[in-house]
Amino acid sequence: MSHCQSPVWSAPAGQATIAVLGMPNTGKSTFFSQLTGSHAHIGNWPGLTVDLLQADLDLEGRPAQLVDLPGIYDLRGHSEDEAVVRRFLEATPIDLVVVILNASQIDRQLRLALQVRQLGLPAVLLLNMADEARRFGVSIDTERLSSELGLPVLLVSAKYRRGLAQVRQAMVRQLGPAADPSALAGASAASDAEAQPAPIPLLEPILQAGEAELPERMALLLAAAVRLPPQWRDRLTRRLDALLLHPWLGLPLFFLAMALMFQAIYAIGVPLQEALGSLLDAFGKGVLTPLLSGLPPFLKGFLLDALYQGLGTVTAFLPVIFLFFLAMGVLEDSGYLSRAAYLMDAFMERLGLDGRSFVLSLMGFGCNVPAILGTRVMRSSGLRLLSMLIIPFSLCSARLNVFLFMAAAFFPPLQGGLVIFGLYLMSFAAAILTALLFKGRFASDEPLVLELPPYRFPTLRQMLNRAWAEVRHFWFWARRFIIFGVVAVWLLNTLPLGVAPASAASLSGRLGELLQPLLGPIGINPKLTVALLFGFIAKEIVLGGLAVIYGQADPAALGRAVATDVSWTQAVSFMLFTLLYTPCLSTVAVIRSESKRLGFTVFSVLWSLLLAWLVSFVFFQGAGLLQRLGVLG
Amino acid sequence: MRTPPRLADLVPGQSATIGSLAADTGLGQRLAALGLRPGQRVELLRRAGWGGPLHLRVGMTELMLRRRDAARVDLIALDGAA
Repeated sequence: MSHCQSPVWSAPAGQATIAVLGMPNTGKSTFFSQLTGSHAHIGNWPGLTVDLLQADLDLEGRPAQLVDLPGIYDLRGHSEDEAVVRRFLEATPIDLVVVILNASQIDRQLRLALQVRQLGLPAVLLLNMADEARRFGVSIDTERLSSELGLPVLLVSAKYRRGLAQVRQAMVRQLGPAADPSALAGASAASDAEAQPAPIPLLEPILQAGEAELPERMALLLAAAVRLPPQWRDRLTRRLDALLLHPWLGLPLFFLAMALMFQAIYAIGVPLQEALGSLLDAFGKGVLTPLLSGLPPFLKGFLLDALYQGLGTVTAFLPVIFLFFLAMGVLEDSGYLSRAAYLMDAFMERLGLDGRSFVLSLMGFGCNVPAILGTRVMRSSGLRLLSMLIIPFSLCSARLNVFLFMAAAFFPPLQGGLVIFGLYLMSFAAAILTALLFKGRFASDEPLVLELPPYRFPTLRQMLNRAWAEVRHFWFWARRFIIFGVVAVWLLNTLPLGVAPASAASLSGRLGELLQPLLGPIGINPKLTVALLFGFIAKEIVLGGLAVIYGQADPAALGRAVATDVSWTQAVSFMLFTLLYTPCLSTVAVIRSESKRLGFTVFSVLWSLLLAWLVSFVFFQGAGLLQRLGVLG
Repeated sequence: MRTPPRLADLVPGQSATIGSLAADTGLGQRLAALGLRPGQRVELLRRAGWGGPLHLRVGMTELMLRRRDAARVDLIALDGAA
């Protein structure tokens, strides 16, 4: 994750600062990434773009920094995002504000543009999703609106890249001519300060004074420049909602859609993963091994057995992760994810949570870290903490890697699929149990109001860009952990020098033996113990670690090696433990920074460890008992 | 004195005009920002099962609101299919 140290900064001399401001669900992030060409994450979920994205832009020779402010409803609002925007505007000298509204919802969103106008900031008003507004029968007289407001007003469609050239021109015109570069080159600090616009020290008094006249001003503007359709025209959304939000059919259809989505991901992803795994293994054996044959055995072992095998095993799973994020992106941008919040809210309310907690948990199936950051949209601390307590039980893509591998190694395809499905159920069960047990301690009566946007067709280009950005992000971020992890595992296995790798005499063997009294009863042998220990840092290391411990890189060969070493009940117990205990250090770190409570963070880690041990214990001992009775094979 | 009808009492397909909001500032502001202001027309599209949220339309915006919170919105002038 990229984290801004502080939302307040100022641009270097000569560079214009342009803030992008808009309500949630207006396509603001799409506009930002289309204009700057950067792969910004596009969230339909208010609050996901909490970190301020910024990008450099060249506006006909004039350098500018574009800052993507969080989506807000009201400059006077009470949410954390609204406070961030106020703080930003109060502390930063701004040359231009680009206000983005959803054109078809101009009837209520115009308010934000009027507030910016009250502040007297130079601005450009963009009415985005113009294609949708036309389809819904909303017609806007931009010239009239522009002359009434005294700022340029443009209809755009950022998703389809329509109107962006005009936006750039309008921005250049509004910025005015750049300061003389030769003057800037030798400018003193004093003239620099002079050249820059001054920030507004306090917004609230100005906004408060203007509040009373806002409704009338809005009504006059709308009457003069906007024609709304007498009847809601979005028949597609109307028809789809009649089915997808049906009181009885809605939920079964949702779960069916989820099941199909995961099926499709595995059906396409697993063969790709196997092919890539074999390819990487062949490259290692056929090219790297002969190439490195001249090196001393210790160095060769380090490069091949630790680095290449560890990284290769994890790389093979990138296609599955790509497909997962692709599917989540389609789900989010189509508008169905907001519907999931509506469908699940009644159930979540009984767990002391709400529909947003469910959507965040669902996102947690990709990665827990952004899901936990997403709890910022909640204002009640009880609700936030309870959500943070359940999100780590979401079976994230890193854990999925381990399970796909173990399931393939120990079970025929059909049974393996059932095991994975069972782990998903377990993931939900753990979250539900946790919420039920602790909802009394983290009580909340926070209201829930969410927009249900019309259904939209995501564009292929946008979805691919986004999934690619997520995979890149996952890879760059996970890589450090993986390299550190596999190297550490390899060292533990090989040291002290001269012992048989991963034998009882090695450091890892001794460590595993040391923990046997605790982990023996749940079927985790010393080798698996080492993998679990490193899995605490990140689950991406578990597979790489196993590859190093068993000395096999190709997933199929590694699977056979593990399967000859442990029984299937041990494997399932290992999977259950991996599912339930702390997902990774990053999750712990983000829980700590978001909750701002050390005690809560420790509690969250200990509870997940306890639950993991108990569930594995019950499974392993129970299965063992059934096997002795001859009921189970 | 008769208590005014509340948003939570609407039946699906019914519209009404919003009278007043008895919500605290945070919720009141959020509702207002999404278009739920006194004098605005609101239509109930559907209710989720098992005591779940309401699906509403105000102007060009559709939103979901919990029944508990909808009980804090008073209405005047109901119409439509009752």
